[in-house]
Amino acid sequence: MSTRVLAAGGGEFQPPGTNSVIYPPFVAGITKPMVLLVLSIIIIGVFFWLALRKPSLVPGKTQFAAESTYDFVRNTIGRDMISGKDLRPYLPLLVTVFTFVLVNNVYGFVPFLQLPTMSNPGIPYGIALVVWLVYNAAGMSRHGAFGYLKHQTSPPGVPVGIKPLVIPLEFLSNILVRPLTLSLRLFANMFAGHLVLLVFIMGGEYLLLHGGVLGMVAGPVALVLSIVLMFFELLIQFLQAYIFTMLTANYIGGALEEEH
Amino acid sequence: MNESTAVLAQAGQPNPLMPHLPETIVGLISFAILYFVVHKYVVPRFEKIYKERSERIEGGIARAEEAQAEAQRTLEQYKSQLAEARAEAARIRDDARAEGQQIVEEMRTQAQAESDRIISQGQAQLAAQRSQIIAELRSDLGRQAVDLAGRVVGESLEDEARRRGTVDRFLDELEATSAPAAESTKS
Repeated sequence: MSTRVLAAGGGEFQPPGTNSVIYPPFVAGITKPMVLLVLSIIIIGVFFWLALRKPSLVPGKTQFAAESTYDFVRNTIGRDMISGKDLRPYLPLLVTVFTFVLVNNVYGFVPFLQLPTMSNPGIPYGIALVVWLVYNAAGMSRHGAFGYLKHQTSPPGVPVGIKPLVIPLEFLSNILVRPLTLSLRLFANMFAGHLVLLVFIMGGEYLLLHGGVLGMVAGPVALVLSIVLMFFELLIQFLQAYIFTMLTANYIGGALEEEH
Repeated sequence: MNESTAVLAQAGQPNPLMPHLPETIVGLISFAILYFVVHKYVVPRFEKIYKERSERIEGGIARAEEAQAEAQRTLEQYKSQLAEARAEAARIRDDARAEGQQIVEEMRTQAQAESDRIISQGQAQLAAQRSQIIAELRSDLGRQAVDLAGRVVGESLEDEARRRGTVDRFLDELEATSAPAAESTKS
């Protein structure tokens, strides 16, 4: 409707759509998300390399920053979800997931990059698939294939009569749907955030240029709000990285946990 | 293709849920590389730092405990040494006292003996002198008496002094008479 109103004042306003996260390849099939992905592992690698080049018991600034990140994944997320000595083998995965998702999300905030890589669904799908493989493999090697299925689908203390109902549901939620929900949650948050920002910025610009007197007032407001939203998005970008890692740890912890 | 996809496709918008496969692959490869780095390098280093740090702290505590134990041991040692020294001092004092007593005792007996000796010696000397004097006096007195008697008689009785037996006898008699008198005065 607003588009129609605006259209009266000037040219047709094209609202940003799903094509706004899809970039044509620069050269030889290389797209912007691909470059950002490679850049992200370089950023993370260099960050840890700088921090751990000369590790010391009393950390310097960079080491402290890296340690805080590591500590956050290890003690705040990992410890809660995976018990005791089971945590250590999965720590690299958790650290990788967290830093990888975080940096690729925060791209949405970085000037000139301005694109959360995770708003491109292919990448969350890939990571979620890895997580799905890892937690199922962990559970099966711990409990055996059949034992693991029983462990995941048949919670203890359920009356026998309800079991035919519970087992398919649990199978659906714990085995089949998890990788989808995990990836879609991340993708949708980043995608929606990106679109909202685009709407505010492009809409604000359009209002300012073609909106007449009303647009001269509304346009700057929209642009200022876009900056506020940018910071809000930064919070969400961090939060989604946290949630993704926490759920990864939760799935692994749940698959490994002994029967009560 | 479902309805919404068709709608989107009509509007020129691709389905946002459809992954672009090359990007997924690049994502997975990046993820794998990052995982490898974190697995080989980041996590072991951090775990090593954590371990060293906790060891350092635990080591510090252990060292402090050791130092405390050492201090306690030293204190005990000092205390026992002090007690020993006190006992030793007391023992030495007692010994000294006993020794002093002994020395005094010895000195006393020695002095007693000495004085006894001196006394007895003196007595013996006195007795010897007395008997000597007596002997001298006796001979002297005899001579004087004979001399006097000679003078009184007017003639030299010296020759007759050979008859000293007379004088001696006389003196003996004199002694005999005086002795009871001396004894009576004594008693």
